[in-house]
Amino acid sequence: MARFDLNNLPEHEEDIDFSDIEERYQLSFEEGFDNIVVVDNLPLVDDTKQEKLIQFLRKIFKNVGEIRDNHFTMPKAQNEKGKLMSKGFMFIEFETAEQASLAVKLIDGFKMDKSHTLAVNRFTDVEKYSTVEEQFHAPAEEEFIEKEHLKSWLADELGRDQMVIYRHNDVQVLWNMQKEQPQIAHSKPNWTETYIQWSPLGSYLTTFHTQGVALWGGESWKKIVRFFHPDVKLIDYSPNERYLVTWSNKPIVVPEENNETPFGPEDEGNQIVIWDVKSGALLRTFPSLAPPAAGARPTVSWPVFKWSPSERYFARVTPGSQISVYEAPSMGLLNKKSIKIDGVVDFEWAPLSAAEKEAAAKTGRAKDDLLAYWTPEVDNQPARVTLLSVPGQTIIRTKNLFNVSDCKLHWQNQGDFLCVKVDRVTKNKKQTSSNLEIFRVREKDIPVEVVEVKESILAFAWEPKGERFAVITTSDPNFTSATPGSTTLKTSASFYYLDKGKGKDTLQSFKVIKTLTGKSCNTIFWSPKGRNVVLATLRSQTVWDLEFYDLDFEPLESAAAKVPTGGEKDPAAYLQLLASGEHYGVTDIEWDPSGRFVATSASVWRHTMENGYQIWDFKGQMLYKESLEKFKQLVWRPRPKTLLSKEQIKNIRKNLREYSSRFEEMDRSASSQVSSAERTRRRELLEEWANWRKRVEADLASDRAALGQQLAANTDDEEAEEVDEWIEEVIDEKEEIVA
Amino acid sequence: MRPILLQGHERSLTQIKYNREGDLLFSVSKDHVVNAWFSHNGERLGTYEGHIGAVWTVDVNSTTTLLVSGSADNTAKLWDVSNGKCLMSWEFNTAVRRVQFSEDDKKILLITEPRMGFPATLQIFSIENGLTEPVSSEPLEVIHPQGPKITVAAWGALDKYIVAGRENGSVALIDPQTGECVSTNKIHDLTLTDLQMSTDRTYFITSSKDKSAKIVETESLEVLKTYVTDTPLNSAAIMPKVQEFVVVGGGQEAMDVTRTSSRQGKFECRFWHKILEEEVGRVRGHFGPINTIAIHPDGRSFASGGEDGYVRVHHFDDDFFTFKFQI
Repeated sequence: MARFDLNNLPEHEEDIDFSDIEERYQLSFEEGFDNIVVVDNLPLVDDTKQEKLIQFLRKIFKNVGEIRDNHFTMPKAQNEKGKLMSKGFMFIEFETAEQASLAVKLIDGFKMDKSHTLAVNRFTDVEKYSTVEEQFHAPAEEEFIEKEHLKSWLADELGRDQMVIYRHNDVQVLWNMQKEQPQIAHSKPNWTETYIQWSPLGSYLTTFHTQGVALWGGESWKKIVRFFHPDVKLIDYSPNERYLVTWSNKPIVVPEENNETPFGPEDEGNQIVIWDVKSGALLRTFPSLAPPAAGARPTVSWPVFKWSPSERYFARVTPGSQISVYEAPSMGLLNKKSIKIDGVVDFEWAPLSAAEKEAAAKTGRAKDDLLAYWTPEVDNQPARVTLLSVPGQTIIRTKNLFNVSDCKLHWQNQGDFLCVKVDRVTKNKKQTSSNLEIFRVREKDIPVEVVEVKESILAFAWEPKGERFAVITTSDPNFTSATPGSTTLKTSASFYYLDKGKGKDTLQSFKVIKTLTGKSCNTIFWSPKGRNVVLATLRSQTVWDLEFYDLDFEPLESAAAKVPTGGEKDPAAYLQLLASGEHYGVTDIEWDPSGRFVATSASVWRHTMENGYQIWDFKGQMLYKESLEKFKQLVWRPRPKTLLSKEQIKNIRKNLREYSSRFEEMDRSASSQVSSAERTRRRELLEEWANWRKRVEADLASDRAALGQQLAANTDDEEAEEVDEWIEEVIDEKEEIVA
Repeated sequence: MRPILLQGHERSLTQIKYNREGDLLFSVSKDHVVNAWFSHNGERLGTYEGHIGAVWTVDVNSTTTLLVSGSADNTAKLWDVSNGKCLMSWEFNTAVRRVQFSEDDKKILLITEPRMGFPATLQIFSIENGLTEPVSSEPLEVIHPQGPKITVAAWGALDKYIVAGRENGSVALIDPQTGECVSTNKIHDLTLTDLQMSTDRTYFITSSKDKSAKIVETESLEVLKTYVTDTPLNSAAIMPKVQEFVVVGGGQEAMDVTRTSSRQGKFECRFWHKILEEEVGRVRGHFGPINTIAIHPDGRSFASGGEDGYVRVHHFDDDFFTFKFQI
């Protein structure tokens, strides 16, 4: 800096060095452009069409704010034909910088038409990036932190399954030990505030807090990710646990200042949030549907969004009008509009079969997803069930139904069959009857078979991966009475199978295997591997029956001999009641993912009688029982799909004896180990007690002697006196004179 | 195991006791009567009538000659076992909650309730030669114990101490000579409901509303064993012979019973292994809470008295005697 020297003043003003002052008072111009955005990818227009384009843009930016006329600046240049054309971009000046940033957020990526997707950027950003250094500097490499293996529990040597138990305030993850007390894998008090939930493949344990939900997993049970959603009540995972949907009964409130929530102003008032599980990022928020009638209590049927099995789409139904299908992960509405269906009540996605999943994984391209929906009778149109493909939106099959009061859609878990349970009312509207409309989806033209069921259907369930199903029906007059649960209904359970028929042209049809009457059961629990089924009486106040059935039970020789040779074997001969049991106060039943064990539990959420749980094996033998006060929840940890190929599984089946002998050996040694440890403990306890007694007795004897009392007074262990009592009774007396 | 039902009381049972040989069983209930039974067949030997209030407690001496009972009519009565004559009636200001003969049969211990301004007392009376000579109506000793209300008490080994259980779940050793509290230990969270001595009185079992029963050494008041159940306990007894078991019983509070089923009320006698602290079995039958349990001195049978007004006498099956824990 040049010193100001009075004696040596420059002659001209230009000679004075102002650099120091300039440096100090330089204006920062950049700030002045914060309210300007650059819009790219505009169509090229000439003067004549310029006004039209500006009008159009004004419409698009309407939500952002008013733009004055002279705030559109579009540079033009002469093209090779000498015509003055725009260059395809434009500057727009907004009133405030906030409007500009909102414009970037809302309009960037807007599809104007097929070839023009608008790119909106801040003018200052353009400036900033144009001054980026040419030379590339590699960013410092972040040290790789290995994440824990989320599926480590599957590597358990004994192939045990895990379960989580929530009791009072404690959450415990336990190994199922069959007959022994379950072994604790991890436990933590106050882990959750309301309840717990596993992700569908078992990788994450979800805990609920007022702030949101947290996901835990890995061997050390560390917190993996948390999602901020105040007062979250319900969650739902996508089938491959890539996305998480959360719902809170309180609409999101975005704080005006110091916004540390992941939500922006556009999320205000929404109740449903979709998250990316892996990155923890917020993908989109949705409002809850408005209640059908003003003032009506809003009801939530969860899940609101149903995921297609490929995880590419999720959809929700607006009862009466439409199904909205969204794409993942872009979260955009498919084809930008909902599918309008008058009167639609409900829909279900068709599950994918194992083969389809494999094929999709191999090619990386999934075929269209399929969904089924139904509409009730509207005016002259009959009720109808429709199969629709997504995203193609072609209607694959429809079926008209008459006199329908309600429908329920049940997909078999491989997507082979769709059963529509139809409740009908008779003309006098007093009695109801049900029947089953079964769509055989894999066959050509999708034939529909009607299975008439005279009684009302209480429960229906497909055998997983099977061609059989079970229904529980009732004709009990109490069924329609106003107080359900007050009386235990008399029910009957029927099993059906798909009769393939003989030869090629005979029609396939579903036939009854057997109907079991005079039951009280009201729920069906199939083993996840099929074949075994538990029929249970839940929600009753007096009956807690559990019945374990096997549908492929090899009949005894004698029974098999009764089947006429050459004739079709009677499937009913293979249906066998394995055992029946009772679990007092049972409220929940769940099969473990391997289909070997069943857990029945009595939760304090429903009643306070003998809360606790019991573990049964598939044969209906009770293995372990524990009563826990304030017991709330027991959930098995789900397993992901097996990695073994079909051949490998077949191979194992074939050599089952070899494998099983190894495991039986392990079981034996484990049980003898446990009992030997237990025995040592017992021996020690007994010894301790004996020693203590010896000491105390000696002390007592010496005290007694000191007092001068006799020992005899208290130690007269005389032999018990046996008193034989002879009772003679005169039954009859007669006098006879002997001649 | 088929129980014998003794249906001699009209109201809920309060205490039952076997005599020393175990051939007789004495039961008292809220219906004012003391009953004596043959334990092997449940035949009633006789009754002791005279109380005009609920009888809370009964005890018999080691020679089965004298019987003492305490009642809510503010009296304790001494009876001749053989003929049912009332030999003496002591009058108090309040109800008598517990009576017990001392080990040498020369004294009896009584607990009177605190009520209407009268403090709780522990009183000791001499009954030496009570069968032949008139008994003094004046107590040998009156102890005014400090601290929370005493609910149960018993003589310790050699009558050296009195063990008292209090409402707050603590037990105290009281010197019968001086009336001083020698030591105290809070072993339960809630009120003590029963306290029964082992045969030689060197340890005892307590039951409490806190759903647990405990074995405690008399001299040190140290807890040796704990048996945790899922229901409030009203009584606990130690099996003197045959098996190292204890029997505990209770159930939901009587006032809540009408609202629940008998199963849920948990009105069962539970058998626990005394030393290993493991439950070995249960005996069901009562349809009200179990108020009192007594075990035959030979360990051949046990009896339970319930709020339902029945005494159930169970004679053990053969496999009970051959049962062995795997060790």
